[in-house]
Amino acid sequence: MEIIELKAKAAQIRMDLLRMIHGAKAGHTGGSLSNADILTALYYRVMNLDPARPKWEGRDRFIASKGHAVESLWCILADRGFFPKEELETFSQFGTRLIGHPNNKVPGIEMNTGALGHGLAISVGMALASKRDGRGYRVFCLMGDGEQAEGSVWEAAMAGAHYKLDNLVGIIDRNGLQISGSTEEVMGLDPLDEKWAAFGWNVISIDGNDMEQLVDTLEAAPTVPGKPTLIIANTVKAKGISFAENVPHWHHHVPSDEELAQALAELSAVLAGYQQEGQVR
Amino acid sequence: MGNKIANRQVICDTLLELAQSDRDIMVLASDSRGSAAMGPFAQACPEQFVEVGIAEQNIVGISAGLAHSGKKPFVTSPACFLSMRSIEQIKVDVAYSATNVKLIGISGGISYGALGMSHHSVQDLAVTRAIPGLAVILPADRHETKRMTEALVNYEGGVYVRIGRNPVEDVYESADYDFVIGKAVTMRDGSDITLIAAGETVRVALDAEVKLKEAGVSCRVINMHTIKPLDEEAIIKAARETGRIITVEEHSVHGGLGAAVAEVVVQHHPVPLRLVGIPDEPAIAGKTKEVFEYYGISAENIKNLALDMLGQ
Ligand SMILES: Cc1ncc(C[n+]2csc(CCOP(=O)(O)OP(=O)(O)O)c2C)c(N)n1
Repeated sequence: MEIIELKAKAAQIRMDLLRMIHGAKAGHTGGSLSNADILTALYYRVMNLDPARPKWEGRDRFIASKGHAVESLWCILADRGFFPKEELETFSQFGTRLIGHPNNKVPGIEMNTGALGHGLAISVGMALASKRDGRGYRVFCLMGDGEQAEGSVWEAAMAGAHYKLDNLVGIIDRNGLQISGSTEEVMGLDPLDEKWAAFGWNVISIDGNDMEQLVDTLEAAPTVPGKPTLIIANTVKAKGISFAENVPHWHHHVPSDEELAQALAELSAVLAGYQQEGQVR
Repeated sequence: MGNKIANRQVICDTLLELAQSDRDIMVLASDSRGSAAMGPFAQACPEQFVEVGIAEQNIVGISAGLAHSGKKPFVTSPACFLSMRSIEQIKVDVAYSATNVKLIGISGGISYGALGMSHHSVQDLAVTRAIPGLAVILPADRHETKRMTEALVNYEGGVYVRIGRNPVEDVYESADYDFVIGKAVTMRDGSDITLIAAGETVRVALDAEVKLKEAGVSCRVINMHTIKPLDEEAIIKAARETGRIITVEEHSVHGGLGAAVAEVVVQHHPVPLRLVGIPDEPAIAGKTKEVFEYYGISAENIKNLALDMLGQ
């Protein structure tokens, strides 16, 4: 997909996930909106995938370590045809498999996550297997910035560098917020780039809501032989809804009818703009 | 009925009240002050509040250090992570070193509903009760939660408490009753069968008792709020006097309340016993009521089970 199409797709995914959360009256809205651009870049352009063969051995792997923000992922997997779109209506309902965290009973999900601080270690294991088997697939792991407070993240960081996993790409959704407020108030992280560099990773900082930068960086990664790459994706929590951006309680706020209508209006205007731009080209 | 106050709210209110005159009381949170309803405490007593970020192992270690230095730390963190992720810190830093740490597991059982198995806490009783010296408590309603919180402040030693997320129906008329750690409460007396429950399932057992009474069955209901140290005397007495027992728990049937009761019954006074709880599988997604119904943690199912045991 071209950049302009990816931008339009991300706007559509945001609308889909808002409708889904509103319908289910449950969900992690803020973190799902902040990572929607990252996931769109990965799933529609960067990753080597085949929705018809979700377990194809050569596929690139994606692990949502910040599993609570699964809503964008459910919408993307449905849109890419891993399962029927109508199933999104069952999100969080009794007996569903589309629960509030990744669930590998659903095609397209590799591993069950939801307890923070597990994803990177799993990804290290996958990247190591890819190397040992000479398969060459890449592993992408998306973490939260609040999640960085878990010690297990750093245990895995050490192992990733130790085994020279240059097929491993860690991405931190650096939206600056967690549940109780700003990350720097709750448990300071900065200088986050220097910490990861000191652990032996190749660190790149980008605007994680800018599709050009995302595609360029993710496609090129890993860029340093013998080192895993860590992308600090600076994002805005609840990105795309003017009145929700950077507001902490939107972490798991479910939009009211009015809020949903207003958000959809904003996003459809953005979407229409991209569609027009796409046609002009 | 109609209670709108969640147990987590009661713990915050009670600690806030006691912390004004007891400066050693401290509350710790792991990006969980909202879920623990501890926001007001953090605001009112910033000097007695510590935020550790999303780091459940660290929160227990830090608390053990605080306790070793004379503080009375109350750790408030989701039950699933607090009980399982930090279990080694609980075993070594709290229990083995005998530090005075109170671990409050919030949103326990299946109260996180559709968030799935990572967020359900239905193995916590199995692991915590296997640790020597650690007390394990499940308060049943807001009144019991208040009395328990007061008792915890004066109790020397490690304790794991598990509470749910939403307000629960009252089982006591007021907080004006005798709450003793390790001493079960007989909520209804009866002679044909005994229901033993803890935490939110006490309400379910009481509702089953009403249905059984209508069916002409005299049913005893025991609120086993302390899983450890277990009130063995109450269990043996119930086995001897009623001859049949059903346990009801919001926990895996492996290693929880039912297993604890079974250990006592089989060794001291074997009688027929049935365990109602979550089977050995990732619990189905849904709201508490839906999940309870699905697994038979309901007054109707318990009534039928009791009638079956009575041969009726
Ligand atoms: C081990 C663990 N502890 C606590 C939680 C509860 N929790 C869910 S989301 C969240 C905040 C996450 O913040 P961050 O990593 O910054 O993610 P984002 O802001 O992108 O949503 C917390 C504490 C959890 N899921 N796992």
